[in-house]
Amino acid sequence: MEKVFERPKALCNVPLHYCPGCTHGIVHRLVAEVMDELDITGDTIGVAPVGCSVFAYNYFECDMHEASHGRAPAVATGIKRVHNDKIVFTYQGDGDLAAIGTAETVHAAARGENITIIFINNAIYGMTGGQMAPTSLAGQITQTTPYGRNPKTQGYPIRMAEMLSTLDGARYIERVAVDSIKNIKAAKAAIKKAFTLQMQGEGFTMVEVLSSCPTNWGLSPVEALEWLRANMIPHYPLGVYCDKKLEG
Amino acid sequence: MGKTTEIMIAGFGGQGILFSGKVIAYAGLMNNKEVSWLPSYGPEMRGGTANCHIIISDEPVGSPIIVNPDVLIVMNKPSLEKFENAVKPGGVIIIDSTLIDRKVTRDDVTVKYVDATQIAMDNNSPKLANMVIIGAMLKATGVMTLDEIKKGVEKSTPASKAHLVDSNMGLISAGYNG
Amino acid sequence: MSDKVLMKGNEAIAEAAIQAGCRYFFGYPITPQTEVAAYMAKKMPKIGGVFLQAESEVSAINMVYGAAGAGARVMTSSSSPGISLKQEGISYIAGANLPCVIINIVRGGPGLGGIQPAQSDYFQATKGGGHGDYHLVVFAPASIQEMVDLTSNAFDVADKYRTPVMIIGDGMLGQMMEPVTFQSKETASLPEKPWATTGTKGKREHNIINSLYLNPEDLEKNILERQERYNTIKANEVRYEAVGVEDADYVLVAYGMTARIAKNAMATLRKQGIKVGLIRPITLWPFPTEIFEKTAKTAKAFLSVEMSMGQMVEDVRLAVNGACPVHFYGRTGGMVPTPDEIINEVKKIGGVL
Repeated sequence: MEKVFERPKALCNVPLHYCPGCTHGIVHRLVAEVMDELDITGDTIGVAPVGCSVFAYNYFECDMHEASHGRAPAVATGIKRVHNDKIVFTYQGDGDLAAIGTAETVHAAARGENITIIFINNAIYGMTGGQMAPTSLAGQITQTTPYGRNPKTQGYPIRMAEMLSTLDGARYIERVAVDSIKNIKAAKAAIKKAFTLQMQGEGFTMVEVLSSCPTNWGLSPVEALEWLRANMIPHYPLGVYCDKKLEG
Repeated sequence: MGKTTEIMIAGFGGQGILFSGKVIAYAGLMNNKEVSWLPSYGPEMRGGTANCHIIISDEPVGSPIIVNPDVLIVMNKPSLEKFENAVKPGGVIIIDSTLIDRKVTRDDVTVKYVDATQIAMDNNSPKLANMVIIGAMLKATGVMTLDEIKKGVEKSTPASKAHLVDSNMGLISAGYNG
Repeated sequence: MSDKVLMKGNEAIAEAAIQAGCRYFFGYPITPQTEVAAYMAKKMPKIGGVFLQAESEVSAINMVYGAAGAGARVMTSSSSPGISLKQEGISYIAGANLPCVIINIVRGGPGLGGIQPAQSDYFQATKGGGHGDYHLVVFAPASIQEMVDLTSNAFDVADKYRTPVMIIGDGMLGQMMEPVTFQSKETASLPEKPWATTGTKGKREHNIINSLYLNPEDLEKNILERQERYNTIKANEVRYEAVGVEDADYVLVAYGMTARIAKNAMATLRKQGIKVGLIRPITLWPFPTEIFEKTAKTAKAFLSVEMSMGQMVEDVRLAVNGACPVHFYGRTGGMVPTPDEIINEVKKIGGVL
């Protein structure tokens, strides 16, 4: 019988620890499929963050490096500067990338560091149990915004894709979502494009992936995807924010 | 016991204080002495006071910090105020008398007044008063010869500025003979 | 003709690192160590190396973490406030068993402190600095030549034991010039690093650089394994200089620049007939305990002299272990003890004053 579906080779044959309905599993799979399709697993080095995806180092067959909270782009920079013939990516959540690691993210982009960032934006801190993230929406209820995020006292959600796209060093930045088959396909295409551009030495690439967190949002997996569509996409519109050939 | 000479040079930042110290230290090194060169550092280097400590010795240098110098070279008045009394009895003070209008008040030290800045200006090299005063110091102390200091000038001058060796030596000679 | 050159301590460290095969430097400007970075910025591009000015000390040490994990000989340098910022990364590097070299050209603290020389980061360097059960190997050179030699050695020790090594100097050592020579080191084939993230090429299991062990049994095992290496380091890598301790009544203890000042004091005191010796720890960790145990049998008292309010003196007391009194004299905040001050302290202890 013909096999029509199997685990990507770049994904380790171990059970993932993610909650039921969490979209990390989808994004892991997309990254692994891209590695398979580009045949680069043996030449790729990934950097895992601190957050729900902290164990990503156990899930990808490529060499992996666990970073401290927020520092993945700096760690990836160190790796890439040593092995500029390898494909180096980070896999980071919103707290990691857009709060504690904002400086590392911005400056990796500003340097045009030839790495790829997979940015999981689910508008909440998952691992620590559902606190406000820098990308939590206005009015969003979390453990640390029990009355809803009030921008006047708790700040506004940050649009990282838009912000980083203003930097001259950014080569390609796209925001995608994994709420539907169509969007998942688009997400994979974006990840593949980012990796391909990196392989061509084109510079800094980031794919922001709008993701769901049923557990900490207090919703069923299906409701969570609906909430993502209804609330996140209007605030974080999907699309390519930056796709420019860099000078020099 | 070998001989050790502790030389302190002090003045304003921009007068070439640190460079003149380097010339002396390198001359010591090229003549097989043990040497150390310790600068003051930080924001005061740019226009404030600058000083450096040079030790030239027949033995390995202990502390590079000079508390009581054998030789004090001063190129501005505040430095004279600050360090005059630190000089060892029997020591030598060299003064740029173009810039310092007072005399040393101690009578237990040898003092050499040299119009270093004026001599440098007369030679169309107003920035090389630091070389003139090295010449005066050599004459007053005999710590090394003109030939010996030349090796220090050559070593301290980057290859791209090798043409400056002669003009530097000219001003050192002017200070020596002045 | 001498083949010696005059070099600033900071530049000498940089050149020594390059000659030791270091091709990656990540840093952030801070006085009084900036010449290390400036030297690297000038040299690295010409020899196929990397100099990168990071956006912060935090980023710089994490770039070191990445490059060390990738198998490179890598270095960063900073001064006290910047080293505080690096502590998180240093803890991770130690936890992940990675080799690297970290330079601390110490200035006065706490806080922004000052920019003049100090030794007030002794605790931070030798007692952890960052969180967790780990140590750095800490070298404390006292001359520019020793800075060169120890920098070279630091890379070998780091690779051999898979540990971060710190070289601790002070602003004076960083800024002063002395003659140095560089032993032309055969660009010794660097050790194999089969654990590094170099890409699996599909030929081996993936390598993981990591310090996370949620299972306490695993974490303890990891720490105990590291402890074994620390024990080997203690057995093999202790360095110190002892001068005139055999007949000494009073033993000065000082490291780095302070040891040179103490040596001047010692020479004067000896001339006056007071029998003074000096122990200069060159490795601050591991601390040279044995020479203290030995000397304490014959000495009347020890005097730890530091540019701090008394940090190394605690290790001296532990090493002397009550065998005789241990005194302390220090200046701090960028002030430097003078030989006369040390002489007075020794005389006070000896009851001469």
